[in-house]
Amino acid sequence: MVSLILILLTSLFFMGVVIRTKSIASGRKGPGLFQPMKDILRLWKKGSVYSRTTTFIFRIAPTIYFSSVLMAIFMVPHGNNPGLISFSGDFVMFAYILATGKFLSIISALDTGSSFEGMGASREALFSMLVEPAFFVLLGSLALFTGHTSFISIFTTLHYESNISYMLGALATFVFFLIAMIENSRMPVDDPKTHLELTMVHEVMILDNSGFDLGTILYTTNLKFAMYGAIISNFFIGALPLEISIPLFFVVQIGFGIAVGIIESFMARFRMAHNPQFILILTSVSMLIFFGVLMVLGRFV
Amino acid sequence: MNYISIYNNRPVGLKEIPELGYDEFMNSNVDMLNGRADRHCVNYFGYETGAGVRLFCCIADDTTHQINISSSVVGKKSTLHSFTALNHNFENFEREIHENLGIKYLDHPWLKPFRKIEDYPFCKAESEELHEVGVGPIHAGIIEPGHFRFICNGEQIMHLEIQLGFQHRGIEQLFLQKNSLIERTTLAENIAGDTVVGHTAAFVNLWESLCGFAPVHSLDYSRTLAMELERVAVHTGDLAAICGDIAYQLGNSVYGRLRTPIINFFQEWGGNRLSKGLIRAGKINYPFTPELAQRLAIVLDTFEPDFDEISSKLFKLPSALSRMEKTGVVSYDEVLEIGTVGMAARMSGLMRDIRTSHPFNLYGSSIIHEPVIKRHGDVYSRTQIRKEEVRQSLGYIRKIIENVPEFRKPEEVQFTPAANMFAISLTEGWRGEICHCAITDNSGNLALYKIKDPSHHNWMALAMSVRNNEISDFPVCNKSFNLSYSGHDL
Repeated sequence: MVSLILILLTSLFFMGVVIRTKSIASGRKGPGLFQPMKDILRLWKKGSVYSRTTTFIFRIAPTIYFSSVLMAIFMVPHGNNPGLISFSGDFVMFAYILATGKFLSIISALDTGSSFEGMGASREALFSMLVEPAFFVLLGSLALFTGHTSFISIFTTLHYESNISYMLGALATFVFFLIAMIENSRMPVDDPKTHLELTMVHEVMILDNSGFDLGTILYTTNLKFAMYGAIISNFFIGALPLEISIPLFFVVQIGFGIAVGIIESFMARFRMAHNPQFILILTSVSMLIFFGVLMVLGRFV
Repeated sequence: MNYISIYNNRPVGLKEIPELGYDEFMNSNVDMLNGRADRHCVNYFGYETGAGVRLFCCIADDTTHQINISSSVVGKKSTLHSFTALNHNFENFEREIHENLGIKYLDHPWLKPFRKIEDYPFCKAESEELHEVGVGPIHAGIIEPGHFRFICNGEQIMHLEIQLGFQHRGIEQLFLQKNSLIERTTLAENIAGDTVVGHTAAFVNLWESLCGFAPVHSLDYSRTLAMELERVAVHTGDLAAICGDIAYQLGNSVYGRLRTPIINFFQEWGGNRLSKGLIRAGKINYPFTPELAQRLAIVLDTFEPDFDEISSKLFKLPSALSRMEKTGVVSYDEVLEIGTVGMAARMSGLMRDIRTSHPFNLYGSSIIHEPVIKRHGDVYSRTQIRKEEVRQSLGYIRKIIENVPEFRKPEEVQFTPAANMFAISLTEGWRGEICHCAITDNSGNLALYKIKDPSHHNWMALAMSVRNNEISDFPVCNKSFNLSYSGHDL
């Protein structure tokens, strides 16, 4: 429950932090922290326009996408406060609930029959597929390390004893950070600011969505960012009491937002063909974590 | 002789242009180009005389600094052999002649519409694996209308076909209908909104030469200065747009900011940020004073360090280099075959720069121009040319603002064009060579006005550059050429 409230709160200003950082980095003042949320509220007040070529899939997809992310958030714990849903092996369900939402958004893009959206859908499907091994190797290693298989017990028993386990924490943060960037279609894999349909990944998939549906999709992106930020913060919180862990949670979230903004300000997007190579790096970093865990546990032969 | 050779801005009597039989006309012009990288076709068009169509072909020779003009009279709606079958430089010119004058060609390789937008015959891929992507004519952002049809294999572009003509306004006809000089000058200013100085200078140079007006130093001076300032402003804006397309935010915002003081200086000088109203035939309403020269020196002093700093960052950033290098390559052989001009030629090692080859205004006297040449023909070369040309133009501007000439008060000169003349004017706008041609009738009225923007040649280079590239690299290829839709469509 604690984590749900914290994530919902973060989702209100997270994108504002990113946009503000980018504005300041390019010498502008930038909009207020809540401007992205105000834009979403404005969209929510509008009706949607549907193309005649689309079917019911296109209409239900934004809602299912939103609810899949919300359900995934239910499973994210905060320190030693479990999420609303918590059982052994919940991280597998976490990954596939997110995948369900993504599947719906991909087929809804195909449903529009536009050649742009088909292109975006194929890119998104490829990139998500490549991210999956990194996620599972990472969480599998952590499960092996702690001997537990649910988010809450993994994070509460995750404590750093030796230098190697500090390294594991740092690497896991790195992997989760980049998974969040890829899953949310941010730089350096995708450029959310572009107006060029041919270079987009996520934006081109939602070209036909309008009004309420568009607002829902945009808000889901904010939620997803806040959710990944919450998971990253769990690497640092451990079993700290709430009065320390809650400020620490926000520090991690804001730091995450600023880091996203800085990356997007000072580098160019990758060439599309280089993206799969880049995403596969994450799997190899996860493999490093796996071997690190084996070394710590003394099972490395 | 099969042709008459004239210098830039030197009109010639219509009777002095040799009139050949069509076969001789074709062979002599095609032979002139074959194997000669220093020659290219600057304009080839038809002019309806009473009984038939007189075709004029203008071949620029960079070595002799002259333009070789020849002509041939053919019957209306006649069927001819095409130049294009022998040399692809003429492809677009013959498509235009076919569309405007109804002349049919027996062996033109691809006689598709030039500006007509109805019933356009697109190249089709009869394949299960390939798919087509159509972009435009309405685009996101502020791009002009044009339709791009890609044939792709997954993410890879196999073929791009570009359909233009959505901006056709009939400018060449309007030049004949509008009689006053001010109307024609305004028309010239609006041929392409991003090359106001280039096109207007071409028009006023042509008009003054046609009317026998002796060029005044202060007028040449202001036109040259405006031309170089326009180059700096547009190149800087293009660099910003290229950074935007590769999603390099810092470059996008810094270059974008740097463009503003230059166009604001135009506002200070002539009251318009796009320099409309600045250039007029025979006079200038906004003299360039020593005070303005001082202001400009201050503007450049603040511009230069920032420009150098962001350029050194951009050209050292690995993620930006990886997007630009080996993207959208057009080889030397290809640009020679297409007959590209301006930056689109210099990017691949082909020396084409009117400032050197056919000097006009102050070029060739106060400014001895050495073209910037790159060899790779990729996005990186085109970006580098922009950076280096900005540096070069800044040098020229600094040099000529040291001695500001005396400006005379504007006086109304009575312009009367000579009768039965042919005039040609070439300028090097920031995009490349601009060619204006005019023909006058027995009583000295305009009988034909032909405009050729550099985009006329260069669109084909864009189509070639994206082959075998990723479709997601098309926007940056397109931006690195930054061709004009309205300049092509007229």
